[in-house]
Amino acid sequence: MIEPGNDDAIAPGHDRSLAVREEPIANPGLPAHQWRPTDVDERLEKRAERQVAAMFVLSMICGVLFVVAYFTLEIGDNFDTFIGLGASTVALGLTLGGALLFIGIGIIQWARKLMGDQEIVEMRHPAASSAEDREATLAALSLGAEESGIGRRPLVRNTLLGSLGLLGLPAVVLLRDLGPSNAEVANEEEGTGLQHTIWKPGMRLVRDVLGTPIKASEIEIGDLVNAAPEALFPTEENGYEEIEGVPLQVQKAKGAIIIVKMEPDEIKPGKGREDWTIDGVICYSKICTHVGCPISLYERTTHHVLCPCHQSTFDLADSAKVVFGPAHRPLPQLPLAVDSEGYLIAQSDFTEPVGASYWEREKQK
Amino acid sequence: MRLLNRSAGRISRHRRGPVAGLVVLLFGLLLTGGLYTVLDTAFVPAQADEQTMSDEELVAEGRELFLVGCSSCHGQNAEGLATVREGQVKGPSLVGVGAAAVDFQVGTGRMPMARPEQQAPRKGVVYNEEEIAAMAAYVASLAPGPAIPSEEDYSLEGLSEEEREEAIVRGGQIFLTNCTACHNFNGSGGAMPRGGYAPNLKGVEDRYIYEALLTGPQAMPNFSNGNLSPEAKRDVIAYLNTIEDQPEYGGFGMGGLGPVSEGLFAWLLGIGGLVGFAVWIAAHTTRTTRTPHLEEGAEA
Repeated sequence: MIEPGNDDAIAPGHDRSLAVREEPIANPGLPAHQWRPTDVDERLEKRAERQVAAMFVLSMICGVLFVVAYFTLEIGDNFDTFIGLGASTVALGLTLGGALLFIGIGIIQWARKLMGDQEIVEMRHPAASSAEDREATLAALSLGAEESGIGRRPLVRNTLLGSLGLLGLPAVVLLRDLGPSNAEVANEEEGTGLQHTIWKPGMRLVRDVLGTPIKASEIEIGDLVNAAPEALFPTEENGYEEIEGVPLQVQKAKGAIIIVKMEPDEIKPGKGREDWTIDGVICYSKICTHVGCPISLYERTTHHVLCPCHQSTFDLADSAKVVFGPAHRPLPQLPLAVDSEGYLIAQSDFTEPVGASYWEREKQK
Repeated sequence: MRLLNRSAGRISRHRRGPVAGLVVLLFGLLLTGGLYTVLDTAFVPAQADEQTMSDEELVAEGRELFLVGCSSCHGQNAEGLATVREGQVKGPSLVGVGAAAVDFQVGTGRMPMARPEQQAPRKGVVYNEEEIAAMAAYVASLAPGPAIPSEEDYSLEGLSEEEREEAIVRGGQIFLTNCTACHNFNGSGGAMPRGGYAPNLKGVEDRYIYEALLTGPQAMPNFSNGNLSPEAKRDVIAYLNTIEDQPEYGGFGMGGLGPVSEGLFAWLLGIGGLVGFAVWIAAHTTRTTRTPHLEEGAEA
């Protein structure tokens, strides 16, 4: 069975006897097999058998103990029984780990001590089927093609191909509906959701989570305020409409801002942004322009804010220009003003889309 | 040794044994240390007597201490020295930083700095409480700034059980919004640019957390009272105290650093252990020179 295979592997026209003669050193064959103690001593063999069985029994015991521990040990009451670890956690881990480990050890012991371990040589044989099989298959295929008439009836063939190709369409539609479309992201009427956020002229800046408005005069140099648009905290007084569900999440994600205050003369105002700050108080979108992580890792000494995802760094004193990292554009700046009561308000929405870049970003201006 | 012997040789050229220099050095150190201990213990009661100092005296004493311990970096009038190294002012002005900043920086041992470096680490405290109070009074006298908070500012005393729970929940939300970016979701701290780091908040006294929020030590931004109200700060501290007491139900928390420490553990110890185990299994198979008996040989 091995020899014919070897014959097939040699290219036609190649003289086999010549190849054998050119072999520089005679094939020494396999070394003599060295036996294991369990192969030659019946007593040792029996002992190894008992060892393997003992491992499997230990695994069984662990499995049973796992069930016992699961039902007897309360997690809540004894969370620091063994060196600060819960009795339940430790017991479940040890027993289930043991149940698996002992099966493994048993199998390995079985293979090493008892299973036959003599070296066997198996020669390669060609992967192709025999000539008769190949001919028979080809004949069956061409008979099928002939009888179905797939070559003779192009109408049937082409419509079949068309129907198979069109099966992709339902998949595309289903996948598309998994997430909101660009138009749905915020502004459904105009379909320009990515360009606009919930910020409107005169909307107050409020502390995130707390929803309280921020007095410009109370912010001190070095302060960092994580803030949000007031419209996300509707009350009877401010009269904003309640929004919830996906629209709320979308507006939260797009409207988040950071407010910092620095020495007014440290700020290098961008072109046309000279009146966007209030006495050193300056406000930017909290959403990184790389892939949209929220960022507030701010160093007051350098005025740098760093994105924890990919280390993009923005200089808040200099229009949030990118000083390091993969982000390509500065954080959008929110123009600030102060209302009659001294609270910080937005002069307008952001003047550019917030968050990560997208294809139509430049076109939509 | 040779260096020590040479200096000892100058003291006495005639008889210098091989260890004379070392002995002289040790004696000198012992004498200095002993004298310091004696004088130190002698002076402590004297300082305790000065409790009833007027504010002016306190400020004056604070100025004395400041001139000795702080002025080399912060200037003789705490105006700061414009020494800029690696883009950072090394001795910032202390005018207007308030008593809270002094109490935080000196009370946690961050100041005086042992050497100029990226960030002042928490270390052994150099001054005693009265001295810190005096220095705080001196710095507070320069310009208005945040005062040292009192215990009522950050304790939940006087709140009902329900109010306490609300405060802790609110504190958690404020913490997750304002603090986790640098200090980690668990308050375990984290790395910052250029070799800096946000310190671990576990085990830090309530007062120092409150002062750090007020004054923004080093690269940390402030959370002044106009930014986060005193109640919000109190809630954050209450939340931090609860997560400190929280048991680790899931086993070892590994510092609460998230995927970094857990991944390192899994890759190095877990997979490393498995590889070692596999190598050990494959390395041991005993062989014998004997061959099986004829009847057993048939089976093999």
